[in-house]
Amino acid sequence: MTTHAHEGPLQHHFDDLRQQYEAANMGMWAFIAQEIMFFGGMFGAYTVYRYKYMAAFVEGSNSLPIQWGALNTAILIASSFTVAMAVRSAQLGHARAILNWLLGTMVLGVAFLGVKVIEYSHKWHHHLIPSRDFRYEGLLDPGQMKIFYSFYFAMTGMHAIHMIIGIGLMFWLIPKIRRGTYSADYYSPIENFGLYWHFVDIVWIFLFPLLYLIGREPWISI
Amino acid sequence: MTTTTTAINESPTVTKTNGRQESYLNASYGIRSWLLTLDHKRIGVLYLICITAFFMIGGVFAGLIRLELTTPQGDLVSSETYNKLFTMHGVMMIFFFLIPSVPAVLGNFILPIMIGAKDVAFPKLNLLSWYCFLAGGSLAFLAILLGGIDTGWTFYTPYSSTYSNSWVGLALAGVFINGFSSILTGVNFLTTVHKMRAPGMTWFRLPLFIWAQYATSLIMVLGTPVVAITLLLVLLERVFGIGIFDPALGGDPILFQHMFWFYSHPAVYIMIVPGFGVISEVIACFSRKAIFGYSFVAFSSLAIALLGFLVWGHHMFTTGQSLYAGMVFSFITFLIAVPTAVKIFNWTATMYRGSISLDSPMLYALGFIGLFLIGGLTGLFLSTMATDIHLHDTYFVVAHFHYVMVGGMVMAFLSGIHFWWPKMTGRIYNEGMGKTGAILIFTGFNLTFFPQFVLGYMGMPRRYHVYPEEWQGLHIMSTAGAIVLAIGYALLVFCLLYSLFRGERASANPWKAKGLEWEIPSPPTLHNFDSIPIVTSEAYAYEEEDVTLAEKAAADATEEVAH
Repeated sequence: MTTHAHEGPLQHHFDDLRQQYEAANMGMWAFIAQEIMFFGGMFGAYTVYRYKYMAAFVEGSNSLPIQWGALNTAILIASSFTVAMAVRSAQLGHARAILNWLLGTMVLGVAFLGVKVIEYSHKWHHHLIPSRDFRYEGLLDPGQMKIFYSFYFAMTGMHAIHMIIGIGLMFWLIPKIRRGTYSADYYSPIENFGLYWHFVDIVWIFLFPLLYLIGREPWISI
Repeated sequence: MTTTTTAINESPTVTKTNGRQESYLNASYGIRSWLLTLDHKRIGVLYLICITAFFMIGGVFAGLIRLELTTPQGDLVSSETYNKLFTMHGVMMIFFFLIPSVPAVLGNFILPIMIGAKDVAFPKLNLLSWYCFLAGGSLAFLAILLGGIDTGWTFYTPYSSTYSNSWVGLALAGVFINGFSSILTGVNFLTTVHKMRAPGMTWFRLPLFIWAQYATSLIMVLGTPVVAITLLLVLLERVFGIGIFDPALGGDPILFQHMFWFYSHPAVYIMIVPGFGVISEVIACFSRKAIFGYSFVAFSSLAIALLGFLVWGHHMFTTGQSLYAGMVFSFITFLIAVPTAVKIFNWTATMYRGSISLDSPMLYALGFIGLFLIGGLTGLFLSTMATDIHLHDTYFVVAHFHYVMVGGMVMAFLSGIHFWWPKMTGRIYNEGMGKTGAILIFTGFNLTFFPQFVLGYMGMPRRYHVYPEEWQGLHIMSTAGAIVLAIGYALLVFCLLYSLFRGERASANPWKAKGLEWEIPSPPTLHNFDSIPIVTSEAYAYEEEDVTLAEKAAADATEEVAH
């Protein structure tokens, strides 16, 4: 064992790139397992209250703007495609293509957050932010409605924070791609970023039906 | 364990600088070289320093609690202050001492060496985990300095989310951030054990310490995020009044308890399973025998980790939880006694006809077996629903979990610290002082906590500082025990620190123990191994060596006779 710390992408404590790649990959999957449990706690609590306050949750779902939710679903599915293409380009060692696909992913991610800002500000104007200022004039118990919106904001908010972290990760990756750090031999950061981004997309794939779709009556206009 | 690196100690490649042996301690100097280190050994030492500080803070609160309880009147502190004392004692000891104790200190230091790796898989995340721990601990400490928290370490809602006027938010933030440290350590250990084992180090050649750390890491990765989101929701409720856990707002406080215990019961196993790993190493070494039933001990760790996720409801027998759910939880809790008993029986079977030597680590390990046995068996009283109704929230519970946490985990941690101290520091501590410390701690511990079983059985509720006069005798015994315990801890700290300055230099293998960590110099060099070791035998090959020695002696004898 010589003392040189880094020679190329291989870190000193690994024997070869294969081992390093497998370790990084496994670490990412373990991290995703952790994320599933984190979101799982919220999904579990959501299920309990949906069962308990069914009417309020149905009315809440009906009050959410489905067109914005659907648009965001489409945006995220598109971003799953772009990030998958970025990983593929990385495996082939096409640095220029990784860069372009990641920039595309970033644009889609920002678009998603933009739509979310529109939705949130809409709620803000209607005093539907769960706080001491919460106002609800319907027929149901305002406390129950507030719990629905609490879950809406907690779940979509936590998802949005994960999106923001994902975009931050791309800001960290892009200069490295430009410097030519990644090649067909060494691309695990891109691949693991892809895993993360797909995970965040999948969370939304569950959030969209739970919050916007189930219990929805299609003929009620927004 | 025989490996190709056995010759390292004598190998001339160990370069001498200024006549001193090169090691991870003198590889670089200065505060920056420690605070920015990526070396798993230095990070382990950083953790050791921090958890010792947090242990002392938690210990001061424990001392104040015992002092208050010497008289039946609430005369030393007010009720509010007393609430804060037991809360801060619990928060400090559980989140900032017990949970990181064995995994983050001993695990970080020894785990990569034991499997023949140069470092953990993600050294930067390892350092980040220490900073998360430090940040979380500092926030909790800040909450204490600003006036404290009074919710109990369990943060039960709606008191914590709505009514408490203490620094709950800050403490919650501290525990939340500290959660990242657990998760990062868990992810790191899982990956390291899977991907970084040296050639020949198959799963069933792993020391049992590694199996225990592996099981613990699973709990850390799968449990911690649930308590993180739960505490985050409490924080949101406190700030925005969202009403998920407050019945006045339509929320459900029992849901909080389910979510909290879904992590915090497995967390009890984070606080004991790594200790099992230490005990396996120490018992094997000081009995000079391989662990009896290796695979049973290995799989019992995994069984405990798995079953640990299915028993959280036994904390809630007296809440509005369904009776039938309670019965299931009670039954699964009994089931956990099986893998736990497997361990205890196998350790005693290991000692049977072993050549036992009673050095300090072994004294702590033997203390562990006795105390943990009492702690475990009284757990069965509490997992029986009918008796739990009587004993719930009494000092019986307090005594039970202190027998498990202090009698179990702290003893195991101290056993491990005494066992690997020569490896970590390169110094031998004074064995007489070490043994005296172990005996004092064992005596003081029993004197402190055994009377609490009696108190609890008679009905003394936990978290009260005023009690009927007839219980004063038992409380005075308990406080006297706490003083003995404190003297024991002080002696132990002195003994170890003294060894740093005056202790003899340790050889590579002062205990004649088996395992890769004993085949490299004490303290280890920066990259642990000069060349990657190749493992060719099972763990704990103590008997093979003794057989060879016996054969040699017999051969010598025959030779002598022949002459």
